[in-house]
Amino acid sequence: MDALLIDRLQFVFTISFHYLFPQLTMGLALLIVILKYLAVKKKNEHYNKAARFWAKIFGINFAMGVVTGIPMEFQFGTNWARFSTFAGGVIGQTLAMEGMFAFFLESSFLGLFLYGEKKLGQVGHLISAILIFVGSWLSGYFIIATNAWMQHPVGYAFSPDGSVHLTSFWELILNPWAVSQYAHNMIGAVVTATFVMMSVGAYYLLSKRDLEYGKTFIRTGMIAGLISTIFLAFPTGDFEAKNVATHQGPKFAAMEGLFETKQGAELVIIGQPDMEKLRLDNPLHVPNLLSFLTYNRWNAEVKGLDAFPRSDWPDNIPLLYYSYHIMVGLGTIFISIMILSIFLYWKKKLFESRWVLWILLLSFPFPYIANTAGWMTSEIGRQPWLVYGLMRTDVGTSATVSAGNGLFTLLGFLGIYFLLGVLFILLVIRTINNGPSSTTETH
Amino acid sequence: MIMEILWFCIITFMLGMYVVLDGFDLGVGILHRIIGRTEEERTALIKTIGPVWDGNEVWLLAAGGALYLAFPKLYASSFSGFYLPLIIVLWLLILRGIGIEFRHLIQNPMWKSFWDSVFSIASILLAIFFGAALGNVVRGVPLNQDGYFFEPLWTTFTVIPESGILDWFTVIMGLVAFFTLLSHGANYIAMKTDGVLQTRARTAAKLSWWGVLLLSIVAVVATTAIRPDVWNNYSAYPIGYIFPLGGFIGLVGMFMYIIKGKDTKAFISSSIFILMMLCATAFGHFPNLLIASTNRSYSITAYNAISHEYGLSVGIIWWIIGIILTSGYFIYLYRSFRGKISSNQSGY
Repeated sequence: MDALLIDRLQFVFTISFHYLFPQLTMGLALLIVILKYLAVKKKNEHYNKAARFWAKIFGINFAMGVVTGIPMEFQFGTNWARFSTFAGGVIGQTLAMEGMFAFFLESSFLGLFLYGEKKLGQVGHLISAILIFVGSWLSGYFIIATNAWMQHPVGYAFSPDGSVHLTSFWELILNPWAVSQYAHNMIGAVVTATFVMMSVGAYYLLSKRDLEYGKTFIRTGMIAGLISTIFLAFPTGDFEAKNVATHQGPKFAAMEGLFETKQGAELVIIGQPDMEKLRLDNPLHVPNLLSFLTYNRWNAEVKGLDAFPRSDWPDNIPLLYYSYHIMVGLGTIFISIMILSIFLYWKKKLFESRWVLWILLLSFPFPYIANTAGWMTSEIGRQPWLVYGLMRTDVGTSATVSAGNGLFTLLGFLGIYFLLGVLFILLVIRTINNGPSSTTETH
Repeated sequence: MIMEILWFCIITFMLGMYVVLDGFDLGVGILHRIIGRTEEERTALIKTIGPVWDGNEVWLLAAGGALYLAFPKLYASSFSGFYLPLIIVLWLLILRGIGIEFRHLIQNPMWKSFWDSVFSIASILLAIFFGAALGNVVRGVPLNQDGYFFEPLWTTFTVIPESGILDWFTVIMGLVAFFTLLSHGANYIAMKTDGVLQTRARTAAKLSWWGVLLLSIVAVVATTAIRPDVWNNYSAYPIGYIFPLGGFIGLVGMFMYIIKGKDTKAFISSSIFILMMLCATAFGHFPNLLIASTNRSYSITAYNAISHEYGLSVGIIWWIIGIILTSGYFIYLYRSFRGKISSNQSGY
């Protein structure tokens, strides 16, 4: 294995593992605010206990997110030193802002929220929940703005030494790519939280315990879930796809499995990219739909991979293609599940339909898969660029860190994260089994 | 010129805040299994830092971010050059955080005692690593002409140009940090607890003070021996003597207040000692950021690593807003959890 591959594997592993936690906490922060608000407004202890129960799950996830998040900021320097020298004049800005404006806010009020309910009083407790929500969503924005700059560099100029520096703060912060990517990503986080909440609710109903909580969880998750799953596809997903089509031609063609430029291009539902013959095997498609979705004209020309030099093609087209299709496919299934649940709820049959409850119970892993696949689409599709159009991935690594040293730390991360994962699952299962009715006010 | 000094001071300040604040978390960790003899006592010790450790740790992240913003070349060079110790520090930070946060989730003596050990060992190693890191910065590293380097964990343990992270000098610095944070943590525990925990913490503070004194003297002598030029800035600008002097006052204050049993004042004294010694080191170091032990002309300095003017002036504006907000959160957080933790109080 060469150093570049190890650096990439270490980053992809640590970031994918890390993002399992923030995607839940960012979404859950919003749902906890809703539950806590209902508790304060209705002076209702039921909602208070529900909020406290989710705060426990939130706390475990947040701790995991914090400890696995620290390595992310440092790895830009440890494994991607030449990239950091090149781009630090721009992305140093957003990464430093995340610490100042998001981490301090989140971490200060998390302690107050988890350990200070009695001290703060009910309204103070609600406010600290809101501030954690604000902090975690701000944190998301600074990270997305950093990533968006790597996808679509704006507001920069070259320095004499070949590195880049910032020329417009607002262009960086209000990068149109960041705004649409942020909306899509954050709604994805809400979807994860709603599915997890509904899954726990379904578990209680199916095991005939904590019934009132089970119903509250399903109701809350369902309403937030219907809105967010639809928003995920339209307008945010649609915006994202159009951005990619406009600015990142090879990524778009590879995602859609389009090898040849076509007028009236078809939308591929299923099929396997064959990189030897440069075609899609066993395709199942809807004629002209891709042209319509991308350019709002049935006969519009869509550029295929053949329109771009092979050196600009993403280096793992099949994986990119599958990631994208898994994300879109799951997104469609999520909308169907939500519509089905709302329909049965309206017919007052949801809480008795055991087969739907089973679907809800078992569906919680899929938003995690969809969010991960979405990020894989975004990042594999950015290859072979580290900063799109400006810097190739293979020249961004740390020149002095050898493959052997890299492998040592990669194996270490694999080991520690495996242990953390096992502990995390154990603790979450325990918390769910202890149930919401046993939660009490914290000192 | 202004930007270099300003951002150098900002980063020194943020690192100083980190060492003072997370320093007492680490100190509590070092003493955790020594001062806390029963499960209840250990629970009480964890409770003294429970709601604040995470916010304290953020100072390290925020300082890292500011370093990246202001001196991207230094960030890239030092993080890749200190690759192994840095990643080991990350692992230890992970274990320390998990130790604190997971311990109270299951009421089982075996579970708790396991995480107590993890918390303790991680804290001890972190204190030593942070000291050794400072030692490496003071001593210099084998930078090449592109401004990069890679240091193995150790080579011959002697101070040579092709040094490792650990040699006799950086090990001394590691021990200084260990004793300093131990006694800082002891003062914090004495301030935050009563009864038997407080008595033991005061004893620990008294004993460790001698270690801090002795090792500080050794460290100053050793630094002068391998880097005589650290005193150049002091000769040029004698105002700088205010920092070592402040450190000395802090050290004396610590001893006096420990003897008198004035725990809060002893804690403030150890905070001043830490902050002033860090500032004294930074003052002697400027404008160097990372000295090349191979060829002095390869050194990374505030002048050759500084980022572009525009980004830095924008940064100053939002940094000031950010630090005002952050001070507000911290004052509110610490006020909410002020007062002593009693060892017979249950739960969080």
